[in-house]
Order: sequence, then C-alpha cells, then structure tokens
Amino acid sequence: MFKVVASRMIVPNMHLLTLEAPNVAREAQPGQFVILRAEEEGERIPLSIADWDADLGTVTVIFMNVGSTTNRLAALQRETSIPTVVGPLGNATEIEKYGTVLCVGGCYGIGSMFPIARALKEKGNRVITLVEGRSSYLFYWEERLKAVSDKTIQITRDGTKGYQGHISRLPDILKDIDEKPDRVIINGCTFLMKRGSDVTRPMEIDTWVSLNPIMIDGTGMCGVCRVSIGGETKFACVDGPDFDGHQVNWDELLQRRKTYMTEEVVPLRTSRCEEHRLRAQGK
Amino acid sequence: MVDPKKKKKKKKPLDLNRRAMPKQAPEVRSHNFGEVALGYPAALAIEEAKRCIQCPKPKCVDNCPVEINIPGFIKAIAEGDFARGIQIMKEKNCLPAVCGRVCPQEEQCEEVCVLVKKEGQIAVGRLERFIADWEAEQGKIEIPKKAPKTGKKVAVVGGGPAGLTVAGDLIQLGHEVTIFEALHKMGGVLIYGIPEFRLPKAIVQREVDYLGALGVELVTDFVVGKTRTVDSILDEYDVVFVGSGAGLPWFMDVPGENLNGVYSANEYLTRMNLMKGFLFPEYHTPIKEHKRVMVMGGGNVAMDCARTALRLGAESRIIYRRSRSELPARLEEIENAEEEGVIFDFLTNPVKYIGDENGWVKEIECLRMELGEPDSSGRRRPVPMEGSNFIMPADAVVCAIGNSPNPLIAATTPGLETGRGGTIKVDPETMKTSKDRVWAAGDVVTGAATVILAMGEGRKAARSMHQFLTA
Ligand SMILES: Cc1cc2nc3c(=O)[nH]c(=O)nc-3n(C[C@H](O)[C@H](O)[C@H](O)COP(=O)(O)OP(=O)(O)OC[C@H]3O[C@@H](n4cnc5c(N)ncnc54)[C@H](O)[C@@H]3O)c2cc1C
Ligand SMILES: Cc1cc2nc3c(=O)[nH]c(=O)nc-3n(C[C@H](O)[C@H](O)[C@H](O)COP(=O)(O)OP(=O)(O)OC[C@H]3O[C@@H](n4cnc5c(N)ncnc54)[C@H](O)[C@@H]3O)c2cc1C
Ligand code: SF4
Ligand code: FES
Repeated sequence: MFKVVASRMIVPNMHLLTLEAPNVAREAQPGQFVILRAEEEGERIPLSIADWDADLGTVTVIFMNVGSTTNRLAALQRETSIPTVVGPLGNATEIEKYGTVLCVGGCYGIGSMFPIARALKEKGNRVITLVEGRSSYLFYWEERLKAVSDKTIQITRDGTKGYQGHISRLPDILKDIDEKPDRVIINGCTFLMKRGSDVTRPMEIDTWVSLNPIMIDGTGMCGVCRVSIGGETKFACVDGPDFDGHQVNWDELLQRRKTYMTEEVVPLRTSRCEEHRLRAQGK
Repeated sequence: MVDPKKKKKKKKPLDLNRRAMPKQAPEVRSHNFGEVALGYPAALAIEEAKRCIQCPKPKCVDNCPVEINIPGFIKAIAEGDFARGIQIMKEKNCLPAVCGRVCPQEEQCEEVCVLVKKEGQIAVGRLERFIADWEAEQGKIEIPKKAPKTGKKVAVVGGGPAGLTVAGDLIQLGHEVTIFEALHKMGGVLIYGIPEFRLPKAIVQREVDYLGALGVELVTDFVVGKTRTVDSILDEYDVVFVGSGAGLPWFMDVPGENLNGVYSANEYLTRMNLMKGFLFPEYHTPIKEHKRVMVMGGGNVAMDCARTALRLGAESRIIYRRSRSELPARLEEIENAEEEGVIFDFLTNPVKYIGDENGWVKEIECLRMELGEPDSSGRRRPVPMEGSNFIMPADAVVCAIGNSPNPLIAATTPGLETGRGGTIKVDPETMKTSKDRVWAAGDVVTGAATVILAMGEGRKAARSMHQFLTA
C-alpha cells in the first residue's frame, strides 16, 4: 500500500497528490510516469511524475479530474493509502545541451514540464517556459517554473494573462520576443500537443511531445497503448512516451483515446448512495 | 504347450473405460464464467485410479517434465489414502491444482500410458486435479519444515509459475526469498491470461498465499529494469532468478490493425482476468460489448479469447489459416470451444481491417487459403488462393498469434546474453545465464511454452542456485 502524504485541489478541477513511493522516487527522471490504482477493484491509470523527493521517498502527480479513477484519486485524504503506484515507467525525456529550449505546458502538463525545465536548465540550456490555458485562474506552479526558466510566457484563451488565443499564435509570439528555439517540448492534452506540433513543423523546429494513449500495464505487455510514429507502430509505454511530434499520427491517437467513451460514464453514473447509507449506519 | 486360455484367466481383465469428468453443460457454461470442468467425486476418482495397472517401468513418469511418481500417487488414490497421494504428488509438483487443470496431458503422461493403444489411457490429469482439490477442501494445508536458515538472499523476478516454483524450492532449503512482480498480482499468465472458467483465480491465489505462509516476501508493483535494475538488486541479493515470461504480444502487420476494436490477446484477456472486466462496473476497467468477435490464431490463447467473447454474449469466430487438424491448441479445448458454439473459419487469413467513420473496425477482408507442402514445422503450409478475397463483418478483432519475451530486462542488464526472439540464453543443464549470479527459466528462456515446463526448468534452476549458494 502507498500512503497519501498530500492531496489537494490546486486550481479548479486540477489536483495534486503526493504519495509515499520510495522505490519510484529513487529512480524517477523527468518525463517518466507512474501507473496507479485508486482502490482494489480499480482501473490502472497512467499519470506523469510532476516532482519527487528521493530522500523523503515521495512522488507527486498532478491530474485533472476527468473520470472515475481521477475522481476517486481526487477524493483521497491524507494518511489513507492506495494499492498501486508502480514506476517510474517509460523513457526519460532526453536532456542534452540544445541551446534554447521552449517548454510548453498545458493542463496537467504544466506540472510534468517542471522537472523537465529544471533538468534542461541544469544542463546549461536557455529555458523558456510557455503555459497555455483557458484562463489565468487555471495556472499553477508559476513561481516554481519561473525559478528554472530564463523567460516565462502565458497564453490564455480569454486574455486574462499574457497573450490571448492559443498555441497557434506561437510564430508571432516568438517574433515578438525575438527568440528562435532549437527545440520545443510539449506536455499536456492531446490537442495542445497536436496543434503545437502543427505550428512548429513549418518552422522546422525539433518538437517532442509526451503521448497519453490509453494504457493498462505500462510494461509493453498489452499493446493497447500503440501509436503510429512515422508510419510505424510503437508502444507508448515502453518506446515512449516521448516522440517526435512531427511524426505522430494524431488522428489515430485521438480516435484510440475515445475507445471507451461510452463505458467510462457508467461508473460515474453509479452514485454509490447505498454504500454511503450503509457506512453512515456503521455497517 | 501351455493352454492359452489358462494364461489369460490369471490376469485381471483390463478396465478400459476412461471415467469422464463431470462438466457444466455447454449451453449453460457458455453464459457464465464458472469453471467448465467440475472434477471427479471421490468414488469416481477411486474407480479411475483402480484402472491403472501399476506398470513396473512406467512410461508416464518418463514423459512427465517433472517426473511425478504417477503410479505411486494413483495407487494411493485407489486405496483411498488421499493424504499419502498428495504427499507423493508434492514431492515433485508444487502446483498440482494448476497443472491438473491446464497441463497438456494428452501430449505427456497420457500419451505414453500403456493403455493408450486401446484408448483407455489413465486420466492422470483429472486424478492430479482431484488429489489437489481434496487437499484444499481439507482446509488445512501443511507447512513443511524448512531447512535451517542459510543467511543467503534470493531475488526472483516475475511471479509466474517459474518464479513461484523457484521461490517455493529455495525457501524450503533455508534461503531468504523475495519475488518482484511487475503487476499488482502474483501468478503471471495464470492470473492475467488463462480465464477463470479454465483456472479459477482462487486456486492460483491459494498457491501464492501458501508461498507467503512459507515466508516468501511477495513484492508486487515492481518492474525490474525500471523500479530497480538487476545489477542494483545483485548488490543486495546473492543470486537473481529471472522468470519474466514471454509477455510481448505480436501483431500481424495487417493494414488497419490500430483501429479501435482491435486487441492483442493479452489486452483482451488482461482486461477480463486481471482487471475483472466481466464484473464491470463493480470493477472499473471497461470492456466493450461486442457483437461479432473475430479471433486470429489457433492455439490455446485463441481458444481462451474466443470462449471469453462467447461468454460476454458475442458471436465468436476463430479465423485460422490452416485446417482443423493443424490447430495447435489442445484437443480438449478445441472440443470445448466447438460445443459451446465458437464458429471456426478454417483456411482463412485476414489481409485488411476496415474501419467505420469513427475509426472502429467494422469489416475484415480475408483470403481463402489451401494447404501446400509441409513446412519446417512439419505442418502443411497454407497458400493463399489468388483472387479469393471476401469480406466478413466484425466489430472486434483479437490477435492471438503469439508472444515473445519482453526485452526490458535484457536491455537493462549488461552481460545478459539473449538468443533467438529475445529469449535469455542459459546452460540447459543448470539454467545459469551468461551473467554471474543470474539464472533464468520459463517462457523467457523457451519462448511461449507450458506451465509444467516453466515449473520443471525452474526446479532445475533452483537446484543449481542452491548448489551455488551452499558451495
Ligand atoms: C503517459 C501518460 C501520462 C499521463 N499523465 C497525466 C497526468 O500527469 N495528469 C493527468 O491528468 N492525466 C494524465 N494522463 C491521462 C490520464 O491517464 C487519464 O486522464 C486518466 O487515465 C483518466 O482516467 P479516469 O478513470 O479518471 O477517466 P476515464 O473515465 O477512464 O476516461 C476519461 C478519458 O481519459 C482517457 N483515458 C481513460 N483511461 C485511460 C488510461 N488507462 N490511460 C490513458 N488515458 C486514459 C480517455 O481518453 C478517456 O476518454 C496521462 C496519460 C498517459 C498515457
Ligand atoms: C491465454 C493463455 C493460455 C495458456 N494456456 C495454457 C495451458 O492451458 N496449459 C499450459 O501448460 N500453458 C498454457 N499457457 C502457457 C503458460 O501460461 C506459460 O507457459 C507459463 O505461464 C510460463 O510461465 P513463466 O513463469 O515463465 O511466465 P509468466 O507466467 O509469463 O510469468 C512471468 C511474470 O513475470 C512478470 N514480469 C515480466 N517482466 C517483469 C519485470 N521486468 N519485472 C517484474 N516482473 C516481471 C510478469 O508480469 C509475469 O507475472 C497459456 C498462456 C496464455 C497466455
Ligand atoms: S503408464 Fe498408465 S497404466 Fe502404466 S503406471 Fe502410468 S498411468 Fe498407470
Ligand atoms: S500499456 Fe500495455 S503495452 Fe503499453
């Protein structure tokens, strides 16, 4: 069992969970993920590692409450525990000295981008972080990102902070701040990664994305995580999750992520009223 | 001259009536996940056991990968001394309840039984299952006395039959043993692959609990090569055994293979068995309600997938490129599948999966095949018939064409030599790998094989590891 050390909502619908998982914390590297189960009957879901502390033996994930498992994770209280935290899985994000690196994060990817930016900075890169979201109230960890970046940029859909619009504005923003990154790394929702890769392709900037297909085991055993990269099938859990954004078959990925749309609402529809009633009666 | 009539009289007449084992009726069992075969009641087991003629040089034993004293345990059953029966069994086989259910006895002990020529071979597997279940029913499983502590530490990678066997053997010899398992449950294919209706998970759990009671440390959610490398484990442990199986699924490289609704057998079975998809939504891992499931392949894994699909209410078909007589699956499982209503499309091969506007598979384009000359495996080679393309509707495809070892451990362990198909190379006598203090056995060495082979070779490894540890 893995103990919950911290659990809170950091911005609306976005949760932070810190878990005691010393084996994972000892080996974790930027860009890797864990698979967890919220309870014994639970599904296994992958979440990126947003931070870790090898000395304390803790691992932090940041996730959006989107369905049955994330819902249960969001409700976890400190000092309770969950049955599975396994990892670190997947390959680490490649950290070399590239020159100027633009780190783009959206949604949960703002969190998982933090250790990547930190490592790139430590390697001696010039690091620009760009966070993208619907509105400024959805941004978090701004101070932490600032501490590891040479420059920070925001884009909001409603214009409440930074540039207004979305990632497609990247070319004018780069012109505006007079930067030409040597590499772009994008973490977050599939649309952000797809659009981001679309705008950097004509600019001929190497672009790396962290893919998030459906996964079960995370060790290469089931093949549900297969993605097409440059026309070749890869298992995202073991061959990725980072891939060249210009080679990804995005339509297929978006399609495959929808496989269980109809089924996924079933557990959400169960209110568990009966369970609560029995518990209230001490049974 | 001796009167031939006289000579005959002395002999007890042979009883060639192989006692059938009660089963759930096909029309009932095809709608539930309960075990298909129900096991012998004691009286029937005794009758079956009494048929064994107790050969002085029993061939059955020679053909058993772990050399169980077959006439010995059968004699005990015939005499009604079940306690002695299980004791004899456990001298050689630590997972009899599992092997009694899933071993291909018709290719092993039963194939060479002297009575096989008269089609009256003893039902060794059914008796094995009987004696193991009898023990479990007694509720009290005896914990054998362990040898004095040696102070040596053994790490076992993978909690499948190979790993469980090595752990069981070495803990009894006084070593400290830890099993590291990647998934959240021990048991390997026994838990995530073989379906409930063939091998109830409670039986596997019982064997795992037994190891726990013996003092084996059971660590789940631990991926060796990721959570910790073999080299790092070697810093803390005296020896490492790798029993990580053959869990990497093959696909067929057919266009459309990444459409929604196309699964590997591992995914399909894992959702059902490990994640208990058939209990959705109590268990949260979803499984689609499909109407027509097409299973590609003809082995045991394909049978398991097809029979699972059937139980979920789908029309279930097996697409196989050769004919019935070449099916590699066990005959018993083929017959079970047929009885339950699985439809077989022989001499058929998929060439393309066609999707609908939402990226879901809706049709399969197939080719008819005919059998040509025998290939290297001795089976007649399937040859496509030019222009025989035709379309079959389908809303799910399960690819059950095989697995090979997962490359993760080999890739993260310098000095561990691999051979064909990513299997780990070992000395066949000792199961020792090319790397110091590391042994391996089971599917990771042989490629996908059988439970009993994994156990037998695990045994060999355990023996050699024990020698090394006490030298
Ligand atoms: C490598 C990787 C890293 C990820 N990191 C994060 C992260 O740091 N934070 C975060 O919020 N999300 C992350 N995700 C996505 C996250 O796994 C899904 O949001 C989560 O599984 C949803 O589970 P659920 O039961 O709450 O929702 P569900 O009701 O099951 O599904 C909601 C949607 O989530 C997706 N999804 C469902 N099951 C899975 C699954 N097993 N694997 C992947 N996607 C699934 C589907 O598109 C589905 O439509 C990551 C995914 C991957 C593959
Ligand atoms: C669907 C199906 C049906 C079958 N039916 C039969 C049958 O009827 N009769 C029969 O005799 N055989 C059958 N087999 C074959 C049989 O199950 C295998 O030969 C046997 O399980 C091999 O045992 P093993 O211990 O070598 O490997 P496995 O059972 O594969 O166990 C390996 C274990 O190692 C774990 N592992 C892998 N990598 C790592 C890692 N890096 N770190 C930690 N743990 C790891 C895996 O999660 C797994 O639990 C069947 C196989 C399948 C898939
Ligand atoms: S070969 Fe058959 S008859 Fe002879 S001992 Fe073995 S099971 Fe009994
Ligand atoms: S998640 Fe199963 S193979 Fe990648």
